[in-house]
Amino acid sequence: MPHATHCSPSPLKRALAVITLSAATLALNSAHADTGKLLLTGGVSTVEGAAGGGLSPWAVIGGPGAAGETGVAAYVSRAVTRDYGLTAAGAAIGLNDRVELSFGHQDFNTRATGTALGLPGLHLKQDVLGAKWRLAGDAVVDSDTWMPQIAVGVQHKRLRSSGLDGTLSALGADRSGTDVYLSATKLFLAQGVLVNGTLRATRANQGGLLGHGATLGGTDDGYELMPELSVAWLLRKDLAVGFEYRGMPNKLQRAGAAAGLGNGLRADDWMDLFVAWTPSKNLSLTAAWVNLGRIVPATTGGRQQTGLYTSVQFAF
Amino acid sequence: MKHLITATSLSLLVMASGPAFAQTPSAASAYPVAPAAGLFDALGQKAGIRSLMDDFALRLKADARIGNQFKETNLAQLASQLTDQVCQLAGGPCVYKGPDMKEAHANMDVTRAHFNALVEVLQQSMDARSVPFARQNQLLALLAPMHRDVVNAR
Repeated sequence: MPHATHCSPSPLKRALAVITLSAATLALNSAHADTGKLLLTGGVSTVEGAAGGGLSPWAVIGGPGAAGETGVAAYVSRAVTRDYGLTAAGAAIGLNDRVELSFGHQDFNTRATGTALGLPGLHLKQDVLGAKWRLAGDAVVDSDTWMPQIAVGVQHKRLRSSGLDGTLSALGADRSGTDVYLSATKLFLAQGVLVNGTLRATRANQGGLLGHGATLGGTDDGYELMPELSVAWLLRKDLAVGFEYRGMPNKLQRAGAAAGLGNGLRADDWMDLFVAWTPSKNLSLTAAWVNLGRIVPATTGGRQQTGLYTSVQFAF
Repeated sequence: MKHLITATSLSLLVMASGPAFAQTPSAASAYPVAPAAGLFDALGQKAGIRSLMDDFALRLKADARIGNQFKETNLAQLASQLTDQVCQLAGGPCVYKGPDMKEAHANMDVTRAHFNALVEVLQQSMDARSVPFARQNQLLALLAPMHRDVVNAR
């Protein structure tokens, strides 16, 4: 990494405030999470703050709290691909294994792309406020039925003002937007295999880091339904390996072509291969090889953004 | 690609769930899921299950989270009943004659967290007796649906 990562203090402060607030809630709640969920059954923290895999939210409620309990999961994650760096941090509160509220902050280091745009050192910073509601089912213990745990979620994403504002505005991309998703998670307990499918209605470009929608060269601004899939094999009760796939809209391509960049703003689907280890109920470590496809290929030689993702999650 | 993934995920779900619900119900069990092939033998047949349940009953009583619920329990009787139940569920030649799960827990307040704690204690017992992880999950899959009758408190 040629550049040091700058995680601005204000989102961290905010995350801390969330955690402090949650700790207060925990202290007030007599049935706190000293018993809780079974290991790994709350998933880990996604890059957007919701509980799930690394890239895709699951129907599980974050934190170690079982029904009747409150739990909190805080995380710091880092992805380094061939041309970019992403630092993500945030927290999720799980209430009664029914509702999850999450906050995630992302700091995307544009590196050579920023320099090529005349904006050296450009970092794109995004905040994601999320809520998830478990509608039905239990992912873990209904092992005699095919019924999965089902949840609906919403993520409001807001890109902070940066040197890229003018470019996004010229492309006709909004700096904020809202995703809505439906997730189904099932642990096939006898087989030790967890499967999650998520359908996300979104207009986000690169998860919102490049805004939402585009209007240059013809309006491509509407919601699209994107499939996401996670499969995890439990190797031990504290260890899982698996893969994820997340479909991404490609709304900037036409605007990029209209701006004379050809396919220079094309987006591809995301995927990863991961290993997650939970040495205790309070700690999860995830490592993954990710492929985020092309991200602004105009300035990165059309390279696939492959790289390493690592994440640490504290839960209490 | 996306259609392929959607179709694959749907088929996976159907395929993976197939074995779980295409079983012939066993009349004696309230939780008619067929045991994985060879599970009864892998658990060491009835004698192995009895040793496992003796260990499990001791650990339950000693557990800081749920031990209180077993303060007055006759551990030998509990282990014997659990042995019959697990032996039968695992495909062994036993018949569980004890109370049904709802009745057995009617005098206790069992939360989902208690239920999970019990699962963890059983995992400890199975670890202590070197039951392979895949076999542990096959047994847990037979027991987990009991949460519907066992969990009776928030």
